[in-house]
Amino acid sequence: MQIQPILAALRKHRLATLLIALEIALACAVLCNACFLIANRLQAMQVNSGVDEASLATLQISGFDEAQANDVNARILAGLRAIPGVQAASVLNSIPFGEHRGRVGITTDPEGKHFAGVVELYLGGPGSVEAMGLKLIAGRKLQADDYQPFTGVFPSTAPVLMARELAEHLWPGADPLGKTFWVDRWSYRVVGIVDHLATPAPGWAGRSAPGWAAFVPAQPGPNLAGSYLLRAAPADLGRVLRDARTLIPKIAPDAVLDQEGSQTISDLRDSFFQEDRTMAFMLVGVIIALLLVTALGIVGLASFWVQQRRKQIGIRRAIGATRGDILHYFQTENFLIVSGGIGLGMAMAFALNLVLMKFYELPRLPLFYLPVGAVVLWGLGQLAVLGPALRAAAVPPVVATRSG
Amino acid sequence: MFGYYLDLALRSLKRNKVLTALMVLAIAVGIGASMTTLTVMHLLSGDPLPGRSDKLFYVQVDDNPLPGKQKEPMDVMTYQSAMDLWTAHKGDRQAIIVDSPVKLRAPDTTLPPLMMPMLSTTADFFAMFDVPFRYGGPWRAEDDAARARVAIISADLNDKLFGGANSVGRTLRLRDTDVRIVGVLAPWRPSPRYYNIAGGRFSGGKTADYYSKPQDVITPFSSALELNDGNFYQYSCWQLPPAPGHLQNAPCVWLALWVQLGSAAKATAFKRFLDGYVGEQVKSGRIVRPENTRLRSLVEWLDYQGVVPSDVRLQTWLSFGFLAICLFNTIGLLLAKFLRRGAEIGVRRALGASRGAIFSQCLVEAGMIGLIGGIGGLLLTLLGLSLVRRQPVAFADMVHLDTRMFLLTFVLAIATSLLAGFLPAWRASRVTPGLQLKTL
Repeated sequence: MQIQPILAALRKHRLATLLIALEIALACAVLCNACFLIANRLQAMQVNSGVDEASLATLQISGFDEAQANDVNARILAGLRAIPGVQAASVLNSIPFGEHRGRVGITTDPEGKHFAGVVELYLGGPGSVEAMGLKLIAGRKLQADDYQPFTGVFPSTAPVLMARELAEHLWPGADPLGKTFWVDRWSYRVVGIVDHLATPAPGWAGRSAPGWAAFVPAQPGPNLAGSYLLRAAPADLGRVLRDARTLIPKIAPDAVLDQEGSQTISDLRDSFFQEDRTMAFMLVGVIIALLLVTALGIVGLASFWVQQRRKQIGIRRAIGATRGDILHYFQTENFLIVSGGIGLGMAMAFALNLVLMKFYELPRLPLFYLPVGAVVLWGLGQLAVLGPALRAAAVPPVVATRSG
Repeated sequence: MFGYYLDLALRSLKRNKVLTALMVLAIAVGIGASMTTLTVMHLLSGDPLPGRSDKLFYVQVDDNPLPGKQKEPMDVMTYQSAMDLWTAHKGDRQAIIVDSPVKLRAPDTTLPPLMMPMLSTTADFFAMFDVPFRYGGPWRAEDDAARARVAIISADLNDKLFGGANSVGRTLRLRDTDVRIVGVLAPWRPSPRYYNIAGGRFSGGKTADYYSKPQDVITPFSSALELNDGNFYQYSCWQLPPAPGHLQNAPCVWLALWVQLGSAAKATAFKRFLDGYVGEQVKSGRIVRPENTRLRSLVEWLDYQGVVPSDVRLQTWLSFGFLAICLFNTIGLLLAKFLRRGAEIGVRRALGASRGAIFSQCLVEAGMIGLIGGIGGLLLTLLGLSLVRRQPVAFADMVHLDTRMFLLTFVLAIATSLLAGFLPAWRASRVTPGLQLKTL
């Protein structure tokens, strides 16, 4: 198939050619970036919390008197543990995808000069680490006497478990075991490293990262009460949580159960990523609509061209061109126009990505999106032009002898 | 002449139904997508208090005594700063604002206790923000001083607890204290909940919650300090507070302060007063960055906080990109359509129709497509908005199409189609009569 005559013919339809090419270019730019946005959202949604999500639920209770905290804790834990199917129940202030209550800035020196970032300190009573299902990869487990009574926001000093990501951030390349970090004047010595532990709001913007979390052991009391972790076999969890929710008003009639906050961790994860999921769905919708509109545009213009060229096609057929030749002509023509559009579209995709990077803290568009986008648009163009091209190929040679 | 063109346009549209349908569909889908997002955007980014917002100012001082090069003060302030500035009464009106969760019971009802967000403020709040009342009214300045056990409740809560009846004079139990209801608000749904917004610039654009409903219980700040002590949340602390939740003397910022300043001169004078106050505090060592005082107007504050969720902005951009593609598509199709009629146009030109006549006839046809596309677009917009309303976002209940947006749908649809029709119509009007007649 010779390209030269096709180009010559296109030159006679400069405006229409340009329009299709521009449409393809815009589609290419939006398509690549929309796919990239979807991939980003999906990736964010895959974040590893480090806890045993399928087996865990949380209960949030408030409204009881501070002075009653010890009593409330004891009664509720005993009540929860008595529910058939409950494997563990403990007091834990924060929870992945739930409330965050221990977000603090930490330093790696006692004078507070080396600010090391904003992290989440999970504050939990005995049994929390085991219930969460944290995987210890170095150091020792927490012992019963590591859980100390306290009066402030946190215990003023404690041995802690730390997520690997945070340890690598604080002391890159060094052994974190035995190292200490400070919150104001309070000090925490790392005795164990867990594989993963995400902050309750992974993806929260600011000087933080998803895995910057540590676990601080403490005795439940006035400042560690009302927030509970519940563990059960995944199959039992829904029923156990329902039982627990009906049990709370009986155990602690004075307290108020937070219905929205008391969920399984999987449900909390679902609602945490609700916006991202909506956005991803919307982007998929945009992509489908975009491809459809682009394809319909190509169909429309190609049909017009076929009709306009009926006579030429007839003449070509009369002087020996096969149906395949005619088909290929239109396919090649479409390929050339789409290629031109893709060339421009790639530049536009990058420009659009730069804008998104500036306003939405998005990373740079990986290069492989461009060839994938190109292949999709080539395919779309060929598919769209197929109908009109087949109709063109069906033009009988005899048309050449007719006028008009 | 216009009527004749309309008739011609209708005939032409009927002649090639598929092509017409494609164009109408493209316009409708593009308009539907962009008007849906634009309506949401319009709703979220509008001035929440038109005519008044330029007289309301958000006060900021940098209370953090630790050294550092922070360019901006924190979003809220300490108890000391807020009280000092509030008691000075240098503005026309001023209000301290904080919210905290409170346990609420209505002794007259059988409802179980509820945890509710409580707004605590000072008497000027209601006049400053033009808060509407259904029954009763705001408490008086004396109540602030006397730490009166009074409360104002929302229309929603009044419906829930008292079936919508006039509940002024009745009692609510907030935590362990009985308060008397002195006012019931008429339905009030500011967008966003502008009076207590902080931290937006650190939220990574996830700010949908700023559009949630106002708090259902409002109490005097001075009373709330007593009845809900221990339940206040700090925005930030530079040292760990000795007793969590008890923030009056804590090294923490947690209070917002608004002032109403009737004129530009008053605003300048207040800024001078603010700088003077901070200068004094520097001497006592409580404040170390005197340059960090700010007096932002309501709209400036919302801008600074970036209240419009970034996803909503992104959706708006996307939908307009999509509309652009639909526009190019329509240009191409119209071009095909008009040029196919070259012969007909040639005849008309030969019979004496001017280029302008051909041009306007083509534009009328394009406009007609826009109008039909606009109707389709309107339906799609309504569908889109109903989908948004079903999303679990804080602003879902506010989403609706108002008259302005309804009209804009058609203006945008017709403008788009005319824009799309311009080039093809111009090309059609350049058709040379002779050449076309020859090929007939």
